[in-house]
Amino acid sequence: MRLNIVLKGDEAAIRVLIKHPMETGMRKDKASGKVLPANYIQTLAIAHKGQTVVNANCGVAVSKDPFFFFKVKGVAAGDAIKISWKDNTGKTEEKEEKVA
Amino acid sequence: MNTNFKRRILLKGTMTAGLAAVAATAGLLTPRLVMAAWPGAAFEAKKIDGALTTLVGSSAMTKSGDVKIKAPSIAENGAVVNVVVKTKMADVESISILVEQNATPLAFNVELAKTATPFVKTRIKIGKTSEVIGVVKAGGKLYSATKKVKVTVGGCGG
Repeated sequence: MRLNIVLKGDEAAIRVLIKHPMETGMRKDKASGKVLPANYIQTLAIAHKGQTVVNANCGVAVSKDPFFFFKVKGVAAGDAIKISWKDNTGKTEEKEEKVA
Repeated sequence: MNTNFKRRILLKGTMTAGLAAVAATAGLLTPRLVMAAWPGAAFEAKKIDGALTTLVGSSAMTKSGDVKIKAPSIAENGAVVNVVVKTKMADVESISILVEQNATPLAFNVELAKTATPFVKTRIKIGKTSEVIGVVKAGGKLYSATKKVKVTVGGCGG
């Protein structure tokens, strides 16, 4: 997961790029003809100093290797921003960064 | 005042989701963002009306010039289409992105706390030429804007 946080005034521009197949469960593997099982991110949350400020829900229509861009106000340099996601298979990942 | 605010949220939460309300009182979640579970039924709904009713309780939308949606008019690759939905409205609770012609129209939804700017950008898949709808929930009402995206290569096939 790649995280880019840019602070402008008190508003943080938060860009998140996640490596994930976002498989819909409807596509077939061309070689074997078998249906590829669904594997996609369902929830993504952003916490600012421990408080959830953004709570996103994704369906299968979010692109492979998803990109998200959010803006959060009331942020100061040094604040901790934590991003976490969970997919339908139960896999999770989280990353915390201090705002520069 | 703070206590009152929390109580109101708790009452609201009790009506919709008992477990989430318990979590909120325990201080595990921000009061405003009580609904933490993934709203699967909304994402599996085959019609826009069904998806929105399940997700935000209503599908009655007002078209609004205050909701801005940005997407390309022609997408050469339907698998990766940049979409921006933003508004200057106050009290925005959530923003959703729906693709009318996709098998399951709801693509993305985000609940925003008061400090989050009502703005979102992401990349979505569009199966075939379709209206893309940005829905903003503000002050309990739904406002929408649409943009037609022409797809030359679909995003949902192999």
